[in-house]
Amino acid sequence: MHSDAFDRYHHGHSLIHHIDPRVKVILTLALIVSNVMLPDGAWPAFTLMWLVLLILNRVSGLGFWFTFARSFIALPFALAAITVLFSPQGNSVLSIKILMWNLMISDYGLIHFASIVVRSWLSVQIAILLVATTQFPDIVHAFKHLHVPAILTTIIAFLYRYLFVLVDEVLRLLRAREARSAAASGSRSAGGVLWHAKVAGNMAGQLFLRSYERSDRIYNAMLARGYQGQMHTLNPHHYHLSDWLTLGASSILIIILQWIGRL
Amino acid sequence: MLFSPAPPMHIPDGFLSLYVSAICWLVTILVLSLAISKTNQSLGERQVPLMGVMAAFIFAAQMINFPVLGGTSGHLLGGALAAITLGPWAGMIVMTAVIAVQALLFQDGGLTVMGANILNMGLIPVIVGYGFYRAVLNRNRIAKLAVTGVAAWLSVMAGALFTALQIWLSGHAQLDVIVPAMLFVHIFIGIGEAMITVAALSFIMRTRPDLLGEESESAKAGGGWVLIGLAIALVVILLSPFASSDPDGLERVAINLGFINTSNAAVYNILPDYSIPLLGQTSSSTIAAGVIGVMVVVGLAYAAGRFLQKKKV
Repeated sequence: MHSDAFDRYHHGHSLIHHIDPRVKVILTLALIVSNVMLPDGAWPAFTLMWLVLLILNRVSGLGFWFTFARSFIALPFALAAITVLFSPQGNSVLSIKILMWNLMISDYGLIHFASIVVRSWLSVQIAILLVATTQFPDIVHAFKHLHVPAILTTIIAFLYRYLFVLVDEVLRLLRAREARSAAASGSRSAGGVLWHAKVAGNMAGQLFLRSYERSDRIYNAMLARGYQGQMHTLNPHHYHLSDWLTLGASSILIIILQWIGRL
Repeated sequence: MLFSPAPPMHIPDGFLSLYVSAICWLVTILVLSLAISKTNQSLGERQVPLMGVMAAFIFAAQMINFPVLGGTSGHLLGGALAAITLGPWAGMIVMTAVIAVQALLFQDGGLTVMGANILNMGLIPVIVGYGFYRAVLNRNRIAKLAVTGVAAWLSVMAGALFTALQIWLSGHAQLDVIVPAMLFVHIFIGIGEAMITVAALSFIMRTRPDLLGEESESAKAGGGWVLIGLAIALVVILLSPFASSDPDGLERVAINLGFINTSNAAVYNILPDYSIPLLGQTSSSTIAAGVIGVMVVVGLAYAAGRFLQKKKV
């Protein structure tokens, strides 16, 4: 498989693509923290944040709705917060009778729930913009500069590099299983749950051994090419004037967002 | 379509308060720095590519699914398996890398809450999984596999419980709803995890027993793991019956809503008095029942292992 199947990076030459990865990582984190700090029901601030995101989308050349279209991944988790709808605080807006339960949705619960969902939805969009405009090795490199321990960044770099190879292995294993157990998927004709679990477990074990042996070969190949425990990059990072300007502008944006949110 | 089915444990940004996120980051960073200093001491540079590829393995193995019931499917989460095959410290670092990439590259879990996600899916499952496995390290194959199954199930339940508690501490859900709901969902996810972990471990034991042998990284860790793993499992056991002994939680909420006004709402405020939920009238008896139940299950699994082993010899 080609690595593009997983890569979230979209090549481009926009202003945003050219910002230093360290600056982009810090700004992403700062904007998400700012989102999380906004109080419940700060709709003007949430709206402003979203408008800024749309503009950034446009500037990055990915299209106005790019991050919006990919942002629904976080919504299933909203179910976990659904109980706040029935919060005992505030006035009731709507009451639902389910069997013997009398569930009341309060105005406080409604605002609280909507704010949680909007915060996470905006945060996901910011993170999507980061990975769409920054190559993943550059992000990892940025984390290394930001004093994340070298062992972690090196392992993450390896993980990223070999993910594609091992996913290929998994796809081969899955194809082999399908080829050898025609009616297995979903139907009981091929055996019970235990049988399915055993097959899946054997596949995981098989994958483990293949990965283990592969890592040995990788290490030997790397030694042969002069590996000394360090990863090097061909994209050295330098701060430019535009990076400082971006940092300054974003700090002002965050202050404005927090100010509007607390009006 | 290609991408890994997201287990409902990856917390997105915005679902935890900054306060709770910060505490989780603190705990995670403390444990991880210990893990990093331990692995830096004991592992050579050869181990770094190994751990990287193993992290990719956990990531890829999460794609192997199997049909369970009515269209749902089970798949590996990998915490217990990573702990058993790589040892606890390396297992923690590998799981951290997996969760970091899931959050960074696929937005599967948030960035500010990554500390909490690493804690719930990386550190806790490894500690529980390894603690149990370490207790039967020198026992026979059947005992190891049986205990591994229990450990894998408990590692998922422990992660789910921690997730629920963090959401509750953030004031974003009610305790008596979120804990039973999360635990109920993860009972089945945990069973899938247990079956696939046991089958994978059994496969590795048959084909490459040397990887799990006396000289393996996994065998070198100290016995203190047993205590920590058992302690966390005990917390899960203590809290689960309390949660599930209160199935009328929704009804109670309704009563609060319908008949008692906001003066009673303090119970659900952030950081309420812990003693109120824990000292329910019936909770001590249900906790005892839970402990006895788990002891019976572990005992049965062990007895079955002994029995089968004797029959084989």
